[in-house]
Amino acid sequence: MDRGIFLTPVVSLRGAGLQFGQRALWKDLDVDIQAGEFFAVLGPNGSGKTSFLKVLLGLQQLHSGTVTVAGHPVERGSRKIGYIPQQKSFAPDTPLRARDLVSLGVDGHRWGLRIKAKAVNERVDALLDLVGASDYARVPVGQLSGGEQQRLRVAQALAAEPELLLCDEPLLSLDLHHQQAVSSLINRQCHERNSAVVFVTHEINPVIDYVDRVLYLAGGRFRVGTPEEVMTTEVLSELYNSRVEVIRANGRIVVVGLPDATTHYHDDAHAGVEEGH
Amino acid sequence: MDLGSILHTIFNFENYGELLALVQNSVLAGAVLGLLGGLIGTFVMKRDLAFAVHGISELSFAGASFALLIGADIIFGSLAGSVAAALLLGLMGVRARDKNSIIGVIMPFGLGLGILFLALYQGRAANKFGLLTGQIVSVDTVQLQVLAGTAVVVMLALAAIWRPLSFASVDPEMAEARGVPVRGLAIAFMVLLGVSVALSIQIVGALLVLALLITPAAAALRVTTSPRLVVLLSVVFAITATVGGILLALGSRIPISPYVTTLSFLIYVVCRIIGNVRANRGINGRIVRPGAAMGQAAEDQAVAG
Repeated sequence: MDRGIFLTPVVSLRGAGLQFGQRALWKDLDVDIQAGEFFAVLGPNGSGKTSFLKVLLGLQQLHSGTVTVAGHPVERGSRKIGYIPQQKSFAPDTPLRARDLVSLGVDGHRWGLRIKAKAVNERVDALLDLVGASDYARVPVGQLSGGEQQRLRVAQALAAEPELLLCDEPLLSLDLHHQQAVSSLINRQCHERNSAVVFVTHEINPVIDYVDRVLYLAGGRFRVGTPEEVMTTEVLSELYNSRVEVIRANGRIVVVGLPDATTHYHDDAHAGVEEGH
Repeated sequence: MDLGSILHTIFNFENYGELLALVQNSVLAGAVLGLLGGLIGTFVMKRDLAFAVHGISELSFAGASFALLIGADIIFGSLAGSVAAALLLGLMGVRARDKNSIIGVIMPFGLGLGILFLALYQGRAANKFGLLTGQIVSVDTVQLQVLAGTAVVVMLALAAIWRPLSFASVDPEMAEARGVPVRGLAIAFMVLLGVSVALSIQIVGALLVLALLITPAAAALRVTTSPRLVVLLSVVFAITATVGGILLALGSRIPISPYVTTLSFLIYVVCRIIGNVRANRGINGRIVRPGAAMGQAAEDQAVAG
């Protein structure tokens, strides 16, 4: 299918730069993200991955350059954007059931009381069904597992049928089974329903089959390209300014020798490599 | 005083019919405050502001006693004190921890000021005591109208911000990403809370405002997590406590607050027991599909085999 070069990109950054005080996180960033593209943002802690999302959400101003979403300057609370945050537990007695959490995504931003309760309920039922959460629709969110909560976050984010889906480490602290379930839901929204997805993560392997392009941020530098282009020994060594080894095994990518010891280390394959040294 | 006469002092229903006609306005005022307290209370619980209510009520008490001292309108004094406290908390304390320490600082200061003003006051002792512990004030028609009018304004404002306030209360980060003005709503709610506290003090007194603004909502949350039902139950519980308290207190010369707080407390205890029984039975609304469970068991067996 021809996606068409004439279409406005969903996200467009031109000469974009961000810095906190004297420290530049990244600068001169030119990126276009198209509809139906799964765009992963990788990099060590503190490289500005989450700030990149905040810029798109309108919660963070660029230091230089411009950014547009769907052809317009970013605005806070745009209905064109869905947002999936990191999993964060709710207190067990939070007065909110699974379906109420999803309904916040449908009309929680509107003023006044909910008048058209029936329409909202139907929409919530459809969204719960979409993410396979119907069985625990009436369970308080504080009593759900992290994986179940993240499914609800997906439903909440999809409520507005967003053109752009922003995901901030949505798989963090989920078990393997739920990582697969949640990432495949996000992939479906991207490649079947043609939303652009910006997926911030420090671990590419859970989504490696879905990723179209990667933005790798490190040490104030960045590289954009397909995973094959970016996830190489040469590129990452240059970004980190030190020798980094990239190994491919069974379709997975293992990065060895990262200066930032906190990233990538929970990978089992990697542990094996470590022992081999 | 023997037990019988103590009981007679607490529960006295002589000439009940005539008394009832006299306090009709008070009963109506109690119902209005119950409605308001039940509604506001659900947000107080969601936003974890129980301690803040206490702090606001002490400053409201200081305002009211100052008004008493200088011969100004008490309702106006308590309104000024509580709205000032609420705004201060809304503007200063963003994190719960900051907020609690600020409240801890404000509360004794407000109480101390109030005691100072009351000590300077030369009028009737009952007026002083009433501010702290509540009383069946002989609510006249004008007072009732002011009270009801203010309560209606607060409830209309609450209705206008109901959905985004709920969003910002239970899921603040997401609400912010969605463009909900989280900070502005926090301040707006504090003002509404301040006004509600000032109104409630007229009936239950500064020390016992929590019984009206916290306990009913807390009780409702023990038995349901459905947002609608929480609101409905909270309002029913609060009205039961205020109106029931006034009706029980009618014949005695004891202030109304022990009746209101006891009713409120009993409702909470019953709800807590119901909630615990349900939790122990594992009832939480999850649909357990027998097929899925058996499939899981079969899988486990296959693994074991």
